[in-house]
Amino acid sequence: MMRVYVDDLKEGLMIALGAIRANKMRSALTTLGIVIGIVSVALMGTAIEGLDRAFNKSIAVIGADVLYVQKWPWGGGGNWWEIRNRKDLLIQHAKAIEEDATTVASVSPIMGTRRSVKYSDKVVEMVTVLGTNSAFLETTNANIAMGRFMTSMEAEGGRPVCVLGSEVAEALFPVQHPIGKTIKVGNYPYRIVGVLEKQGSFLGLESFDNRVYVPIARFFSEFMSRRGGIQIWVKAGSLESVDETKEELRGILRRARQVSPRAEDDFAINQQDFFIQTFNQIGGIIAAVGLFITGLALFVGGIGIMNIMFVSVTERTKEIGLRKAIGAPNRSILMQFLLESAVICLLGGIVGIIIAFPLSLIIDQVLPTAMPVSIVIISLLISVFVGLVSGFLPAYRASRMDPVDALRYE
Amino acid sequence: MASAVIHLRDITKMYQMGMEEVHALRGITLDILRNEYVAIMGPSGSGKSTLMNIIGCLDTPTSGLYELNNTNVSEMNDNQLARIRNKEIGFVFQTFNLLARSDVLHNVELPLIYGGIGSHDRRKQAMEAIEQVGLGDRYHHKPNELSGGQRQRVAIARALVTRPSILLADEPTGNLDSKTGEEIMGLFDILHQQGNTIILVTHEEDIAAHAYRRVRIKDGHIERDESVTERKITTHSSLVSA
Repeated sequence: MMRVYVDDLKEGLMIALGAIRANKMRSALTTLGIVIGIVSVALMGTAIEGLDRAFNKSIAVIGADVLYVQKWPWGGGGNWWEIRNRKDLLIQHAKAIEEDATTVASVSPIMGTRRSVKYSDKVVEMVTVLGTNSAFLETTNANIAMGRFMTSMEAEGGRPVCVLGSEVAEALFPVQHPIGKTIKVGNYPYRIVGVLEKQGSFLGLESFDNRVYVPIARFFSEFMSRRGGIQIWVKAGSLESVDETKEELRGILRRARQVSPRAEDDFAINQQDFFIQTFNQIGGIIAAVGLFITGLALFVGGIGIMNIMFVSVTERTKEIGLRKAIGAPNRSILMQFLLESAVICLLGGIVGIIIAFPLSLIIDQVLPTAMPVSIVIISLLISVFVGLVSGFLPAYRASRMDPVDALRYE
Repeated sequence: MASAVIHLRDITKMYQMGMEEVHALRGITLDILRNEYVAIMGPSGSGKSTLMNIIGCLDTPTSGLYELNNTNVSEMNDNQLARIRNKEIGFVFQTFNLLARSDVLHNVELPLIYGGIGSHDRRKQAMEAIEQVGLGDRYHHKPNELSGGQRQRVAIARALVTRPSILLADEPTGNLDSKTGEEIMGLFDILHQQGNTIILVTHEEDIAAHAYRRVRIKDGHIERDESVTERKITTHSSLVSA
């Protein structure tokens, strides 16, 4: 019994390929819709995949276990004027956290500005200068490539030492060894004690490597006129206790900032979650739009296939009659036409993939991605599915033909 | 006495044509024995095609009993009929009805594919059938590379390949010139001598003259059923290669 099916299938496949070969132009034009649909499936899948990867890479830098205490909540919202008038976060708040918190791993006050950075005749403009403390490496999971980070003595004492981001180091020291050299940050000399490993950029917007790190104590005196307006980055003791840490920080900060019990927090504790939620929303919208476009293309393509299959069935009425006369059961006829439409669509799918592949390399320029094998397989399965669905009605009609009428058809 | 291959009792067939009821067959009773050579004749509209369709299991009667090889086929469903057609009946059509894109071998193998015969046996049986109709050197020709007579031989090989109980030929020479037609009829003569049961549907006296029995249909009835001892013997049997 099994062999009947296999031979039937083989026969059906032969007929299908024969029919497609005999009507090359027609088949090609018909599958155009499917080709477009599959190109969009493949590209959409690749783009979403790439976006995902780029995001995950960026978000890793933010860290799932790091809390960012700031005046401004991420993503806006709230009363702008109220937030604008909040008291600045101060070094002493960071100190309070350091002293009182029991669930944190490390605390780093952060303050940033932009300056040009010079070494002999080389200049890098618009470098982000960050004042921080010696715990920064631990807080952010950054790694040292050369030398070391600033010590707590250097940080507390506001020594004129700095650590370079990889981009700045490469720009200033293409050949020389940077450690021990003195550069000018803005107008002030700093001795280089270390260089960080490459960290990448955040969603392709801001590079984490175009930075210079200096002791925050010195930062205030040299780059800022007043003490205030810092951020406090806090790494939680563990990933599981992030929420607990967040609550602890709230308590400490409310006390330190003398927030009355009924009042709202006058600070924001931001975390990676925000970006993940936002990204998931954006990703969801992109996927929905993509799905709609793709679905539409495939729907139109499927209608085209259905149409051409009706033509094919009508054209071959006599052949159907003959096959039935010599003993083809209805299911063989059904399968023959289903196969034909599935094969047409599969070929369309393959062509679609062939077209989509070079296009995905263009996407790769923007988002680090490659067309994943899973997308290729899914695309081909979808094309076969469209073939089966849109071929069903014509195939069913063929299988139900009366052999006498079919044989008489001219 | 040979057994009846075809056993028809009071077969009627009625069609609905718009508002009108058309009685194509009005009670046909007919037995055809193994190894008979019968011509079914009649003008167009006589019901002869309807009778052929019923005998060929392409259609079922409105009423009456049809036993093919002692199996009642009058109330079978589509797929059961397809199975019977595959095993028991070899069709030869006026217009050959070969698959244009397939070669001779594949055309002849086709019924065996639907019969579920494995590819090795299939090939062997198909080659035998093709040899039998004298086209042993044309296995891989496409129908459009063959003459009309050769195409009809391929169709006959296709009909023979399942070793059916009856060969049912519907105007087999209708699309052939008279010389080629005679060759084909010669082939039928030989097939008959080899023991096949042949039913010929035709309106041409010349062609019917090859049969040993002529059944004339008119207005859905059997008008005459005559057996003959004198019959036309074709001289072209030498054309069938050994």
